Amino acid sequence: MTAAQLRVQKDLTELELPTTMTTHFPDPADVLNFTLTITPDEGIYKGGEFKFTFAINANYPHEPPKVRCTQKIYHPNLDLEGNVCLNILREDWKPVLNLSSVMIGIQYLFLEPNPDDPLNKDAAEDLRRNRDGFVQNVKTSMRGGTVRGESFDRVLKA
Amino acid sequence: MTTAVSNGGPSKLTSYLADETRFAHIDKVLDRRGPWTDERFIGGQETKDFLRTQSKILVIGAGGLGCEILQNLALSGFNDIHVIDMDTIDISNLNRQFLFREADVGKSKALCAAEFVMKRVPGVKVTPYHGKIQDHPQSFYAQFNIVVAGLDSISARRWINATLVQMAQDDEENLKPLIDGGTEGFKGQARVILPTVTSCYECSIDMLTPPTAFPICTIANTPRLPEHCIEWASVLEWPKVFKDKKLDTDDPDHIEWLYRQASARAAQFKIEGVTWALTQGVVKNIIPAIASTNAIIAASCCNEALKIATACAPFLNNYMMYVGNDSVYTYTFEHEKRPECPVCGGESLTADVGRDWTLEKFIDSLIARQDLQITRPSLSTSRGALYWPSPPDVHEATKPNLEKLLLDLLGEEDGITVLDPALPVSLSITVNYV
Repeated sequence: MTAAQLRVQKDLTELELPTTMTTHFPDPADVLNFTLTITPDEGIYKGGEFKFTFAINANYPHEPPKVRCTQKIYHPNLDLEGNVCLNILREDWKPVLNLSSVMIGIQYLFLEPNPDDPLNKDAAEDLRRNRDGFVQNVKTSMRGGTVRGESFDRVLKA
Repeated sequence: MTTAVSNGGPSKLTSYLADETRFAHIDKVLDRRGPWTDERFIGGQETKDFLRTQSKILVIGAGGLGCEILQNLALSGFNDIHVIDMDTIDISNLNRQFLFREADVGKSKALCAAEFVMKRVPGVKVTPYHGKIQDHPQSFYAQFNIVVAGLDSISARRWINATLVQMAQDDEENLKPLIDGGTEGFKGQARVILPTVTSCYECSIDMLTPPTAFPICTIANTPRLPEHCIEWASVLEWPKVFKDKKLDTDDPDHIEWLYRQASARAAQFKIEGVTWALTQGVVKNIIPAIASTNAIIAASCCNEALKIATACAPFLNNYMMYVGNDSVYTYTFEHEKRPECPVCGGESLTADVGRDWTLEKFIDSLIARQDLQITRPSLSTSRGALYWPSPPDVHEATKPNLEKLLLDLLGEEDGITVLDPALPVSLSITVNYV
């Protein structure tokens, strides 16, 4: 077995996720690729269901997992292609971190969107200038509506 | 703007630091040879300079043992001390963790301990880290000459031991002596581990005694101790009376009920000594922390640290146990390396398996092994997961394997990789059909 596989086995079998997060393995024989679903129970994004894909390569844990959002979401730290701006997924990644730290980090983005380090500059500007307006925009976008001429995916929990 | 210092502080401090008699007692063993001193020992200024200006020591844990260790090291002349602890101060710590005061309750142990020692022993530098040892990479541990551990957790010991062994295996320049102290009530041990050279912590994992369990027949029929009565109340009476209601050992009402039941039974059998506190202690498995045990074990650990840092005397080879229950007893012996130790041994671990064994039976046999001490293992082969208890999808997919024969599951292969939350490393187990 490779070092990456061993480490993934350790990370995954020791995951203790809160009820707001679940993992799904489309192919349970391939543990290096899976999805994470986050359903925040508080904050501006409460009521939504957000899906991310995790892809782990052979250099894990020396390289972070590749994480993308599969939906088009209005969020300061996610761009329209699903890229995620989270420090520990890039410049602050360390091998002592694990999949649990990444998942907790992503969930935190939904509780505390960070306008100072934006991937979606429009959303960040909305949050900084007018928080109430930003909250309205989040609601509209989560229903699958249009914000600033951009239409978003409907992500409301069924 | 300058700040006035009261009591003529600076000059007093300067004169204290310049006082050559400050370490007079330690100097007696550093300036001359003793009867067992190694012939390579030089002694004198060079040795003292290394101890006082160059050596860098890490203390893991700033609790009962840690407070004593920090005090002893600072007063022995170690001047660059680092301390790591993830805990905060609780009011119940104050009776023995003497570096903390009531106003410190809730604050970081590492930070408070460092501050206190620096204030009390002028000239010493103590660098605190508030956090988990597991969050620091190997490069962090590589900066120290010696690591002293005063931990209360087996899994943390297994982790630091495996980390230091790994470092020494990768590069022998990175061999860091580990001095491990431990106490439990009136008992304790101090040991010196030279990673890859001497037996390591994992080599002796089978010496851990499982928590005392009383035979069920004694509890049910012939109680002799107050503990038997309390166990009777919690193990036999509680489930009988409350059926599916789970005993909550943090609920005072539950403890009260057990106490009354145990007291009645004790009276019936003319046994004395059932108290509320003992009831709580027995059901929660509480072993009281004893300050003097900590002092004795910490003294031994720091004595070893001083000997290793200066070579002024041969250091412990390699395990000293102390039993203070009935007298003051110590026994020192050389614990030997285990060739099949998963951390430092070279030989692979084998498991004797019947040809008719299911995977489930095999896993149960692993959990029962004293030399592994695991509880929730996940198993894989080179082809993928064999059985993982989580995450849910992988568990569902591998659960049907539990009922299958190991022989059929493995086919030509005989190697299984096992991980467990308690294991600091992965285990490679070779299956041997019998």
